[in-house]
Amino acid sequence: MANDIIKIENVSFKYSEDDNNLALKEVSLNIKEGEFVAILGHNGSGKSTLAKLVNSLLLPTEGKIYVKEMDTSDDEKLWEIRQSAGMVFQNPDNQLVATIVEEDVAFGPENQGVDPKEIRQRVDESLKAVGMYEYRKRPPHLLSGGQKQRIAIAGILALNSECIILDEPTAMLDPSGRKEVMDTIKLLNKQGKTILLITHYMDEAVEADRVVIMDNGQIKMQGTPKEVFRNVTEIKRYGLDVPQVTELSQALALEGINVSGDIIRIKELVNELCQLKLKI
Amino acid sequence: MFKNLTIGQHYPVDSPVHELDPRVKIIITFIFIISLFVINNFLTYVFVVLFLGVAIIKSKVPIKFVLKGLKPILIIIVITFFINLLMTPGEVILEIGPLDVTKEGIRQAGFMGIRLILLIMGTSLLTLTTSPILLTDGIESLLNPFKKIGLPAHELAMMMTIALRFIPTLMEETEKIMKAQKARGADFESGNLINRAKSLVPLLVPLFISAFRRADDLAMAMEARCYRGGEHRTRMRQLTIAKGDYIAVSFFVVYTIAIIVSRILW
Repeated sequence: MANDIIKIENVSFKYSEDDNNLALKEVSLNIKEGEFVAILGHNGSGKSTLAKLVNSLLLPTEGKIYVKEMDTSDDEKLWEIRQSAGMVFQNPDNQLVATIVEEDVAFGPENQGVDPKEIRQRVDESLKAVGMYEYRKRPPHLLSGGQKQRIAIAGILALNSECIILDEPTAMLDPSGRKEVMDTIKLLNKQGKTILLITHYMDEAVEADRVVIMDNGQIKMQGTPKEVFRNVTEIKRYGLDVPQVTELSQALALEGINVSGDIIRIKELVNELCQLKLKI
Repeated sequence: MFKNLTIGQHYPVDSPVHELDPRVKIIITFIFIISLFVINNFLTYVFVVLFLGVAIIKSKVPIKFVLKGLKPILIIIVITFFINLLMTPGEVILEIGPLDVTKEGIRQAGFMGIRLILLIMGTSLLTLTTSPILLTDGIESLLNPFKKIGLPAHELAMMMTIALRFIPTLMEETEKIMKAQKARGADFESGNLINRAKSLVPLLVPLFISAFRRADDLAMAMEARCYRGGEHRTRMRQLTIAKGDYIAVSFFVVYTIAIIVSRILW
């Protein structure tokens, strides 16, 4: 059994002292090493807040968060925590620091005081891992949104983070950019990185090992994508959609066609429908 | 229209001058500027022009680009020339109404004109042959010794880098806002100067707001990537002094000695 890399224990959070609204209410969540967890929720559900808490950009009002057994409220471990759990943000333009791609990827390790030769090596490896090596000398403002996000991911890889937190990395991208970023995320997860993906796209959440649905600062549902998405009505209550195929297959089931209710991929539905025809 | 804008005026070709260490180039340019104001006779300027000419030829930058730097300050050169010409007291040669042209005035004005032109050409050559990043690195490295007396060398360099990074982004944003305003009937082109300045307000306000928002995001992203100021920070790109730098420095030492000798002799 893999160890828990992130442990969130009864965490509550409010943005200011006299704020009555809690952005998070007693949230508990454990994430295992190498796991791919997607957090879903509509605007204001507290999902981005949760991400910032894990990266120690915010500190919990109540409760504790541990990243690799390090308490995020421990000042001395701050940098180690940020190194272990790297974060990619929503706006691709506002998180790139340098005027040249490779310089930007080097920014993290430079901050850690890594030896120049090793930085060079890490930068090259990270850029190759996200498939942006041939763009290393370009200025970032001439790249597409998807490419910029991949550079941002490379910047986190260069930090040697075990866990990558992505806060709606695809929200500002076009469909092709979104695919680029998702493919990169999936690839990195296969290579053993723990992924915490915050999103509001269902098709992205389908790729995860575990889906967590948040609403109103609380975790409402969690489980494998199949377990979660079959509850169409409940999910809709939280202002979210289920993947289109799931909705279609459930509608078909209602019409008396014998398909299962937990279909989340187009391919699965096609398979089931074809088998139906064979039976007839 | 701003998409392909290059910052500064870097002219990227491979040349021995481009390959010089930025620190060497900055120091040479600095001493070169001082030397221009030390010289006190026309003959030595011929030598300076010769030196600068060789540097320009070696840099493979077309002379047109070096001269282009003069354009925006041409008016300043002309004004300085005439002020010196007319305001210097001394032996009167020509009287134009209330103004006197003196012998010393002509000399002084000539010097000032030549000095300014050579100064601009010298510094242009520096920015043409050095990319903004290397320039920033060079400045940071040169300012490092002054950290002890409280000069924020790293912070200055970081500010320059971020400014360079965000100029194109903000330009694009300006264009976008301008289009959005135009689509709703804003007029940026007609009217007198005051009206045109006024019409820029609805452009600047959203631009500033978005710039602050970006700054906020960027600060958070930088912190998330373990940024904690200049201490304990390393750099991927190390500046190194190579053979070419020694050659350039030796040439420049000869130049400096020649200037000093000329100053002592005349």
